[in-house]
Amino acid sequence: MPEAMPTSREPSSKDCAPAKGILDRLAQGETLALDGATGTYLQKCGLEPGGCPELMNAEVPDTVRSMTARYFEAGSDMALTNSFGGSKFMLRKYGVGDRVRELNRLAAEHVRAVAPQGGFVVGSVGPTGEFMEPLGEVSEQEMYDAFAEQITALEEGGADAVVIETQMALEEAATAIRAARDNTGLTVMSTMVFEKGPRGYFTMMGVTPQRAVVELQAAGADVVGTNCGNGIEKMVELGGIMRNLTDGFLIIQSNAGIPQIVGGEIHYPESPEFMSERYAQLAEIPINILGGCCGTGPAHVEAMVEALRGSPQAAAV
Amino acid sequence: MPIVNEGLQKEFEYVTRPGERKHIGETLDQADELMQEMAYALITGKHLEVDRLTREALDKGYTANRILDFGLLAGMAIVGVKFRDNIIFVPEVLVAARAMKAGMAHVEPILSAAGVEPKGTIIMGTVKGDLHDIGKNLCIMMLRGAGYTVHDLGVDTAPDEFVDAIDEYEAQLVGMSALLTTTMPNMGRTINAIEEAGLRDEVRVMVGGAPVTQEFADEMGADGYGQNAVECVDRANELIVLLEELRRS
Repeated sequence: MPEAMPTSREPSSKDCAPAKGILDRLAQGETLALDGATGTYLQKCGLEPGGCPELMNAEVPDTVRSMTARYFEAGSDMALTNSFGGSKFMLRKYGVGDRVRELNRLAAEHVRAVAPQGGFVVGSVGPTGEFMEPLGEVSEQEMYDAFAEQITALEEGGADAVVIETQMALEEAATAIRAARDNTGLTVMSTMVFEKGPRGYFTMMGVTPQRAVVELQAAGADVVGTNCGNGIEKMVELGGIMRNLTDGFLIIQSNAGIPQIVGGEIHYPESPEFMSERYAQLAEIPINILGGCCGTGPAHVEAMVEALRGSPQAAAV
Repeated sequence: MPIVNEGLQKEFEYVTRPGERKHIGETLDQADELMQEMAYALITGKHLEVDRLTREALDKGYTANRILDFGLLAGMAIVGVKFRDNIIFVPEVLVAARAMKAGMAHVEPILSAAGVEPKGTIIMGTVKGDLHDIGKNLCIMMLRGAGYTVHDLGVDTAPDEFVDAIDEYEAQLVGMSALLTTTMPNMGRTINAIEEAGLRDEVRVMVGGAPVTQEFADEMGADGYGQNAVECVDRANELIVLLEELRRS
């Protein structure tokens, strides 16, 4: 028999690799801070309305990096990659369906490049915009392959985790979760977007928060939750609903309210101060990972992080 | 006759608002067994069934109008109510739409050959920079079902494409959709372009899409806003009447 294996191995010396994984830190009771919106920010940096954000990873890398750097400066523990629409289904609408690997790899590399020691890179994966068979024309296998292509590229670029977000159909979200599980070693998170109707919260496809929690976890997600939405007060309500169903890790990324037009410009009504009070409530539920969606910026993240540091969850660390 | 189809009876229970119950109930009272069967097949999204029943009805001498009103549209009215009230969601509406289309394929050519005037002509598109079309397509399907001629301009539609289409199709209504908050202002820009082309008085403009609100629609100078595909038809019905009144005065 060879010599006894050492009982503990040194962590692999990947540059900037966090000492502890996301799940370890969550398990210790920490509340982790994600970043704010990507699209809203890039719009201010010259992204045309309806333009392809992922192309900016190749064309204006410094813009993308400086955005993420600002979020880390604002106190984010983890930042999302600029790859929300990085599946082949979305990219081919812009005629760049053959650049999935390149654009997603770059997206992760940009965040990794500006992440501080211990900062996490979270690959963003949005919906494909397609319906799966029999409702639509895309087969489960085709969708699985597309997600696997995107998510492995994010891992190659240095992602620690992936968040399969803004999902509306369970079949699609579950397929993406499986693709991540089978093909990568990433921590897998998944969020769906709910709207409050006459009979409560549902996704466009009719999924309740209750079903989302159960099914996304069953598909293999480590962290589940909700994002975008119609303002942070509804997120507090949703957070409570979801926490009643599971002791598992939850994530919420809230937008800054329903956008209004003020003087021809889009304006999100919820201020950093308004949101930070509700972020503190969310942390108390507890929701384990908090961040911003559409309309939130570095100032929102700063206020959120400040509120989290004062919360019992964060204080317990 | 009363509702004899058991499935349809259960479906009708989802219609609870008194006005709607009266209106849809009166329509269903005029539907015979075959039309009730067709309405139920449509609600449950059985497109092969609707295809077969429509052909059967035409063979038996039912008029295209009778099939449309008491089979297809009666079913669609219940689909609309169930969708608005969160009983069903986009998947169920899509399969019902597919069933509607299967029936319309037989009925439409007869109606147009008979010179039946559409209720109005509508052009619809997703605004410039926006590639999302699920909501717009749902609206188009409901509008067509309600008797409108709808020209689909597709996604990423520039203001001048809307303007050109108003001319080309002699449209009375313009429908605009946006899913992205960032492309919503393009609705306002399109309305401006219609004004600059001197066509603003010729048409009524309605808008919709997940991030769009009544407030937003007012701010941009749209004439109507619908929160969903059912409301889209309601707005179209109101606006077309308004437009005709304006033209008469």
